[in-house]
Amino acid sequence: MNGLRRMFAALKRHGALWPLTALGLIWLVILIANPGFFAFTVQDGRLFSGFIDILNRCAPVALIAIGMSLVIATGGIDLSVGAVMAIAGAVAANLIVGSDLPVILIVGIGLCAGLAAGLMNGTLIVGLGIQPIVATLILLVAGRGVAQLLNDGQIITFQNEAFAFIGVGILLGLPMPIWLVLFILAAMLFLTRGTALGMFIEAVGANASASRHAGIPVRSIKLAVYGIAGICAALAGLVATADIQGADANNVGLWIELDAILAVVIGGTSLMGGRYSLVLAVIGALIIQSLNTAIVLSGIPPKFNLVIKSVVIIGVLLLQSSVAQAQLASLRERLST
Amino acid sequence: MIAARHAPILITTALFVALFVLGSVQYEGFGTVHVFLNLFTDNAYLAVTAIGMTFVILSGGIDLSVGSVIAFTGVLTAILIQSGWPPYVVFPLVLAIGWAFGAGMGCLIHCYKLQPFIVTLAGMFLMRGLAIVISERSVPIEHAAYDAINTMGIILPGRGFVGAQTLLLAIVLACAIILAHYRRFGTYVYAIGGDAESARLMAVPVANTTIRIYALSSFLAALAGIMFSFYTSSGYALAAVGLELDAIAAVVIGGTLLTGGSGYIVGTVVGVMLMGLVQTYISFNGSLNSWWTKIVIGVLVLAFVCVQRIQRPREDN
Repeated sequence: MNGLRRMFAALKRHGALWPLTALGLIWLVILIANPGFFAFTVQDGRLFSGFIDILNRCAPVALIAIGMSLVIATGGIDLSVGAVMAIAGAVAANLIVGSDLPVILIVGIGLCAGLAAGLMNGTLIVGLGIQPIVATLILLVAGRGVAQLLNDGQIITFQNEAFAFIGVGILLGLPMPIWLVLFILAAMLFLTRGTALGMFIEAVGANASASRHAGIPVRSIKLAVYGIAGICAALAGLVATADIQGADANNVGLWIELDAILAVVIGGTSLMGGRYSLVLAVIGALIIQSLNTAIVLSGIPPKFNLVIKSVVIIGVLLLQSSVAQAQLASLRERLST
Repeated sequence: MIAARHAPILITTALFVALFVLGSVQYEGFGTVHVFLNLFTDNAYLAVTAIGMTFVILSGGIDLSVGSVIAFTGVLTAILIQSGWPPYVVFPLVLAIGWAFGAGMGCLIHCYKLQPFIVTLAGMFLMRGLAIVISERSVPIEHAAYDAINTMGIILPGRGFVGAQTLLLAIVLACAIILAHYRRFGTYVYAIGGDAESARLMAVPVANTTIRIYALSSFLAALAGIMFSFYTSSGYALAAVGLELDAIAAVVIGGTLLTGGSGYIVGTVVGVMLMGLVQTYISFNGSLNSWWTKIVIGVLVLAFVCVQRIQRPREDN
């Protein structure tokens, strides 16, 4: 009992209590609606379960949410991730169709396209001092146009098993996108928490000018987080492209920036910057996907999806706001007297 | 000497004239009254939305929900009219809903100190979701009033046609200019955009003004939704997706500072017209992919944001 209480305290300290409670509640709804949903079965060396399905489907949002967390931690925002997905997908699909390059190189070039897009965002923000929401809006508007031009207005489809593997492949019984999320999460955790980078990012978000006076290279750090967000978005774009074996510049990653921002916010990261948690951002992505699944399974028509999602966002935002917390506290006081 | 704050509008106007002359020289039938007036007819709903967005951006905020409000209004209007409600009841009703929705978002933004972009993002989901709940399919509108108003207008020489959409845009523009530059509300909006804290200390009613700004933006978006329903004679839940970005781009190209506090309503309309002209030019060209429109608009926004930066000494980031 004591251990349990200590665990609760630790979860609360890390801000993980609310997101995990929400996730648990949604899973409970799923279980009630469909008791066999989480059952694991093994078939053809592959693990099947509704749980695996949720993990697999939330992979693109989770990948982007990881990059987005770092950007939001510096007090910025990246609206261009969906467009970057489209660009990376278009680059890769065109190379697969039009060249004989090895797949690993094509993946590398796709990621580099994302890095270039991210660095462009970063340069506008750091070099020209444009607000992040505007700087990334430019790529959001123009990026899909660029991807369309690369694709010449078509949906480029291809047959390439090696490339498709990153979208639909199975490694050790689990779908490849899940491994990619775990790999990126581990790599980013090591990069930001194993070194001082994470602390620097939080310092920049908390107070940029104080950080500069303390000797933190604010501009390089901002540039780096937008570059990382670009790479994460490009990887998500490659996964989505490999998944359908085609680059659809119009629809790939449409509205994903909203889901990613939502995942980060649900995970408890403040949009004001200054602190972040990569694990909680991934849990946020998991919550969003679980919510989608729960809505479908509980028999509510999918057309209610957006309404429910928006009510959840408003609820989470209100719970996080200090004004609402104060109001709740005073209400509780009044009720108890 | 041209005041620096007028420079963006003049640049936009000059670009518009230059592109119009270029198109007229290159293509037959481009430099006509017909093409020029069609810019207004085809973009009137966007211009009305962008005028509302200008107030929001002048105050230092942003409203991402306008595209969804247009879709919601369109679907609700279509459904109600098809089920026999008279338009003169439906229009005030949907406008009131738009106004109330915006006021609600303004309340959340001000009272709970939430960031405008995340609140209006949630609002965008909500309105789009409600529109889909009402009807997933496109609802055609068949009503005598729609036919009458759509064919109403003034015919000018040179196949020019000034329709109801253009006239309504002119009325909205005139009202917005009066509101922004000759009424206390406008002064408050500029003051809040310049520095919200100073404005509060100077006894500007920040709460009231913020709520009214978002209410106005949603109201105009609802009006644009009605105009759009006339334009397409239908209501569709997935209409006007991404329109908020076009509206923001028009405001920026029209010379309004995205940090708030500086800009003109009329500039926004010139911005919308320039964007419309780019689209017309690309469709006249025929060989250019229509996706060039998005890229050109992106480049224009980039250029104007850079111009804004040069005008204003950079703040430390």
